[in-house]
Amino acid sequence: MDDSTTDDTGRGNDRPRLGVAESLLATIPLIAFLVAAYLTVTGRTLRLVWSWVPSLQVEASFQLDGLSLLFCLLISGIGVMIFVYAPGYFRGHRDRWRLYTWLLLFMAAMLGLVTADNVIMLFVCWELTSLTSYLLIGFKHESEKARAAALQALLITGAGGLCLLAGLLLLSRIAESQELSTILGAADALKQSPLITPAIILILLGAFTKSAQFPFHFWLPNAMEAPTPVSAYLHSATMVKAGVYLVARLSPALTGVPLWDNLIVAAGGVTAVVGGAYAVRQYDLKRILAFSTISALGCLMLLLGLGTKLAIEGAMLFLLSHALYKATLFLVAGAVDLGTGTRDIRRLYGLFASYPLLAAAAILAACSKSGLPPFGGFLAKEVVYEATTTLSGWATWATTIVALLANACFVAVGGLAAVHPFFGKPGEPSVVPHESPPGSSQLPAGGAARLLGWRLVFPPVVLGLLGIVLGVLPSVTALYFISPAMSAVMGQDIGVKLSLWHGFNLPLLLSVLTVAAGVGIYVQRRRFVAWVDAGGILRYAAEGGPQAAYRGSLALLKFTATWQTRILQNGRLRLYLITVLASFAGLVIAAFLYRVEYTQFGKLLNLRLYELVFPVLILAALAMAVTSTSRLAAVCALGVIGFALAMLFVLFGAPDLAMTQLAIETLTVILFVFVIYRLPRFATLSSRGVRIRDAVVSLAVGGMMTVIVLAATSAHAPSRVSQFFVDNSLAIAKGRNMVNVILVDFRGVDTLGEITVIAVAALGIFSLMRLRLEPSQVPAEAAADRTETTLAANGEDASSPSEQAAPDKPSATGRGE
Amino acid sequence: MHSLILSTAARYLLPLLLVFSIFLLVRGHNEPGGGFVGGLTAAAAFALFAIAYSVDQTRHLIGVHPRTLLGTGLLVALAAGCLSLLCGLPFMTGLWSNLALPSVGKLGTPLLFDVGVYLVVVGTVLMIVFELAEE
Repeated sequence: MDDSTTDDTGRGNDRPRLGVAESLLATIPLIAFLVAAYLTVTGRTLRLVWSWVPSLQVEASFQLDGLSLLFCLLISGIGVMIFVYAPGYFRGHRDRWRLYTWLLLFMAAMLGLVTADNVIMLFVCWELTSLTSYLLIGFKHESEKARAAALQALLITGAGGLCLLAGLLLLSRIAESQELSTILGAADALKQSPLITPAIILILLGAFTKSAQFPFHFWLPNAMEAPTPVSAYLHSATMVKAGVYLVARLSPALTGVPLWDNLIVAAGGVTAVVGGAYAVRQYDLKRILAFSTISALGCLMLLLGLGTKLAIEGAMLFLLSHALYKATLFLVAGAVDLGTGTRDIRRLYGLFASYPLLAAAAILAACSKSGLPPFGGFLAKEVVYEATTTLSGWATWATTIVALLANACFVAVGGLAAVHPFFGKPGEPSVVPHESPPGSSQLPAGGAARLLGWRLVFPPVVLGLLGIVLGVLPSVTALYFISPAMSAVMGQDIGVKLSLWHGFNLPLLLSVLTVAAGVGIYVQRRRFVAWVDAGGILRYAAEGGPQAAYRGSLALLKFTATWQTRILQNGRLRLYLITVLASFAGLVIAAFLYRVEYTQFGKLLNLRLYELVFPVLILAALAMAVTSTSRLAAVCALGVIGFALAMLFVLFGAPDLAMTQLAIETLTVILFVFVIYRLPRFATLSSRGVRIRDAVVSLAVGGMMTVIVLAATSAHAPSRVSQFFVDNSLAIAKGRNMVNVILVDFRGVDTLGEITVIAVAALGIFSLMRLRLEPSQVPAEAAADRTETTLAANGEDASSPSEQAAPDKPSATGRGE
Repeated sequence: MHSLILSTAARYLLPLLLVFSIFLLVRGHNEPGGGFVGGLTAAAAFALFAIAYSVDQTRHLIGVHPRTLLGTGLLVALAAGCLSLLCGLPFMTGLWSNLALPSVGKLGTPLLFDVGVYLVVVGTVLMIVFELAEE
């Protein structure tokens, strides 16, 4: 069981007043909400386009249609309530402004996500929501659990986001446009393309990870480490619906492709059942709600996958009502947590006397969740049942049963999360399991609860009441929310009529059955949980299996990273050089052997005598540099090589190169002289074998370079690039020195990059040379080595540490030569 | 190690070499030269002075820390590239004035860019040389 008693507000005992800015935070989402509401009521669609990266044909384009507006209303409307609630929740918290900033950033990203028309824009917003979710889950960054949960959510949704990017790029490649509106219009081209299969799989990976579909769902319950207002906003009402939004957005083009439909229906169905059943066996209020959110997301996916008009209608209705009641329940859970100090339902009961308004909000939400008339949830459930029962064949049975199971679990969850904390009695068998909860003797009974401010009560009550409004005014709901959204999802204009009363028909019967089953599950919770746990299969699917896979892949990643670091980045410059040079030479030689036609050398011996002087000089100096036992002599020999090279440049008409080479040689010698002072006495440390290996690598690299130069100069095809420079150096760049014109003008950006690299390297050298390890730090490793040595030297009497240390020794010091 | 010949020579060589380095820098667009080799020459001149006298005296003579030269150079080069943005042209488009100087030719942003390269090279080399020599 989770530590459900954490006080994630970090507040002190005193209750400071809110600042003006803090108390007016909610106006920011309110403005967005009013704009969205105005557009909804007037029924206008908007398209905004800015040029973003014109060279890649990427535009920052946004389009607001019915589906976007529905999401915008939810994001900004619930945002208003969250920003009313959060200042009360975080009153006086040290880091509250950081949280507000991230929440606002998230809201902006989410609004961008649901309105973006350009796929790159969509992806950027998608990743921004993942990133802000990471920051918000890890808000209590002192807690290791919160950090781990944040990282898990980021890795899973981030990996899914990358898949999504690949999928969207495939789509835009097929449709030859990055605008979603154009892509959706090219449905026929999409369906005929062979690339559609990978595209669908990649996009769905993105949608399923984001919307917590099985088997990627496990990050969502762990994300409950976030403060409750964050959970209410991101992890129930908005962000986790991004995947649902994406599937709905692409439906006009992709519904009807069997792979798309089947994958969504399968994932949605499994998720709906697993999440629902698993929600009932939780004890932490937030985890109960998290699993039921997973189940709801599964239902939404399932309906979108079915793709019939009724199913889409049900999905849109359910989306709306779910966002309202789930946010309400989360906000109630947060307030209860704040008031009583616990979220464990085994310790929460009879709170109605203390929090009558919260209880009312919770009951309203639970009724909508259970699908009781006249709530929005009832409308949704009726349409869903109508949709599933009008399918053909076995699909009707399967989907109806899935919907029935999920909805029954929702009823039970409503009882657990909303009825029991306020009206329950201590030790009710339906709640209390075999073992008693930790610290149950100090239960905060109703009277012990703290007083809560209006900010914590008002938002859930409003959201709860909105659930009734949806149901009582079905024609308004249909006209302003459902019809426009459906038109966007179906790709054609659709008018929907909704009513609370459909007469005595099959959906109504199923509704009655659902409520009865849900109450049954609630009352017989212990038996239901035992049934769920039977065989451990469901438990493995819901928690154990995917978590183990996640941990396993992380461990594999770490192992690979450690392994390759130890092999490739072992800290020895010589080995780095050998690795780089040998692989370079090996690859190039292989390429030469593979493509022999390049190895024809012409006019080799067309040299004059005085031109031979310098190569001979270079070879002689080289021999001296390699064999000398004096460093100074070796440096001088290298200097000779450099100056001779400069002379060759002069002879062959490259004065710029020669000049630079001379300056470099001069400075190199100066630097070497400075360095030589610091080096220990010259000694031959390498064994004969190592020297032979080094010689082989050197000769291979040198030989390869020679062959390349010969091959390159004998190739007769003149480069068009150099002709361009010859033609345009004076004409365009107004310079006669072509080398310099290339450096500062034609390839100026390269040079800018190069001098930046030089500057960074200089700073690196500077800090390395300034690095003075404290005496206590320097011998840390050496001291450890010494301890090991002494232990190992103790011989047979050495105890187990030395036996462990001894095998380590060769690997620590014996690596390399 | 103090050598009278070296220190006397360095005193006269330093200004000569610096003038030469600037000469290399400004003629670079039309004749052999440029910011890179000019910067190397200037850095060599200061290194020579540091060997003949001391790093402290050289630092005092330059007046600013090499890393300031480094940063200034990068900023100058970047600014030279950004000037064209102000005129609505793509980044690093060369802008030219009609003013022409003897041996330099027309003035333009590529020359300013080369000045940035020059400063970065001087800063880099001096930073390393000073650190090594100060031990």
